[in-house]
Amino acid sequence: MKRFFGFVKKEFQHIFRDKRTLLILFGLPIVMIILFGFVVSTEIRDVEVGIWDRSMDQASIRATQKIFSSGYFITAGYIDHEEEIGELFRSGRAKVVVVFEEGFERNLLRENHAAIKIVTDASDANAAQLTLTYLQGVLMNYFQSQNRDVEMPWSIDIKSRMFYNEEMKGVYMFIPGLMAMILMLISALMTSVTIAREKEFGTMELLLASPLKPREIILGKVTPYVVLSFTNAMTILLLGFFVFDVPVVGSIWLLMGECMLFITLALSLGVLISTIAKTQQMAMFMSLLGLMLPTILLSGFIFPIDNMPKVLQWFSAIMPPRWFIVIVKNIMLKGSGFAFIWKETLILFGMTLFFILAAVKRFQIRLN
Amino acid sequence: MGGREHIIEVKDLVKKFGSFTANDRLTFHVERGEIFGFLGANGAGKTTAMRILCGLSYPTSGEIQVAGHDVYREREKIKKKIGYMSQKFSLYEDLTVSENIRLYAGIYGLGRKQIASREEQLLERLGLTHIRNRLIGKIPLGWKQKLAFSVAIFHQPAVVFLDEPTGGVDPITRRQFWEMIHDATEEGITVFVTTHYMDEAEYCDRVSIMVDGRIDALDTPAALKQQFDSKNMNEVFLKLARS
Repeated sequence: MKRFFGFVKKEFQHIFRDKRTLLILFGLPIVMIILFGFVVSTEIRDVEVGIWDRSMDQASIRATQKIFSSGYFITAGYIDHEEEIGELFRSGRAKVVVVFEEGFERNLLRENHAAIKIVTDASDANAAQLTLTYLQGVLMNYFQSQNRDVEMPWSIDIKSRMFYNEEMKGVYMFIPGLMAMILMLISALMTSVTIAREKEFGTMELLLASPLKPREIILGKVTPYVVLSFTNAMTILLLGFFVFDVPVVGSIWLLMGECMLFITLALSLGVLISTIAKTQQMAMFMSLLGLMLPTILLSGFIFPIDNMPKVLQWFSAIMPPRWFIVIVKNIMLKGSGFAFIWKETLILFGMTLFFILAAVKRFQIRLN
Repeated sequence: MGGREHIIEVKDLVKKFGSFTANDRLTFHVERGEIFGFLGANGAGKTTAMRILCGLSYPTSGEIQVAGHDVYREREKIKKKIGYMSQKFSLYEDLTVSENIRLYAGIYGLGRKQIASREEQLLERLGLTHIRNRLIGKIPLGWKQKLAFSVAIFHQPAVVFLDEPTGGVDPITRRQFWEMIHDATEEGITVFVTTHYMDEAEYCDRVSIMVDGRIDALDTPAALKQQFDSKNMNEVFLKLARS
């Protein structure tokens, strides 16, 4: 046991003496979360809206006020020609223009039907779609509240609520994805590189010729990364909570347990890669291409899985982070208990077992 | 030196990689306390045989005992009794001199007090006390090589395996290195060394010369020179390789 601890200590020394490793370990997660949290966002805020009010009556003015008091929009001023819409968009002064038809209030009262045209700058299609949805929501809300006491048999009552993420916050989506990505990066990439390093420098031979058993060597190499990965997972949760107000609704212990499972999985993947890669470069390349890219692209972290072509959906099913992200979202945002995520947990567990067995097998082949 | 105990006993060692035979029925022994030179051209099968003796790979067939233990069944026991220094320089560059010593001593199960006192002695003997806290990466190659050897015998193994230990080292350091090897045998450590510097073969008590996976000659340097009617080991080797 003392032998083993001496070996683990040495591994920590490697980590703490290498500035690059330290930077990746501690700098990267923080930078990523801040970047994703503040810069990349799916929420809308302060979108400039131009108004072309062709009736200027009470109803249209109230509706306009409602738009600007919603908190999502700011005014880009009034216009009174159709050509000005294009000008507003081209100059970038507005992203969307709301047009009230002539005689808006009259039509509304007499015919129970009045038209509002919403014109958006769809050169950024996603943002346009999102803005449109928000605007519709705000206006619907307003007119429904106006008609509350009127009985209208044909009226359709649409109420939308964004469950578990009422404010449509982007960070809610990113925190679970980021956790998957960073744990993958640190656990799999760093371990594969550090083991490949021992091979490259010839120290692995020396260790194998020593009384240390192969499993002690591998465990000794990965132990520090378990500790560091776990610390990182907790850092992400804390940053999420204190900086971005992302709560952990469910059990924190369950979440930690699932994190440990995923870390183990990533570590065994790292060990597996290191049994194949002969150099640090190759290990790094394999991890980045084989693990990081799929984690980012196919796990549902950034692109919704349902929108993928069928083939990619199958691919996505064999990506461990995909299941981890589902688990984390369930626990963090919905507060689900184990009963709701046992399937995903079982899949991760099965994968972990598979990778460990594969790594052990490869390691033995190498010895013979 | 005929009557001495055999620390390594090899009988009909065969190692095949697929259809390629790397070691073809090697039979030899190494006596306790001698310097046994394991010579051969690159690719002759030296390293393969040595790796088997160190428990780094399994033989295809043959009876092999190292330090009284069987290489098939008692690898763990063998590993405790041997030291190993590989071709590549293999101390950790980002650890200090002292940390490297303690790491390996710890791996071989030495106690804290034992490590401390032996480390003191070692550093003093090598004259490295003043740089004990310097990173290995920052000291000259010659010192590193001597240190690597000292680390390999720090736990006083029965046999130490040196795989081309003097590659890339200047002649003076090589000379000093061989003095260290001699000193080790005085402490009762058997030295098993591979090399392709034929002048170094002269320093060995006995040498075996491998050609294409087989041992073609095995005796003391003096006897080999006589047998092949040569002035030095280089000639012996060339004559063997050509025949």
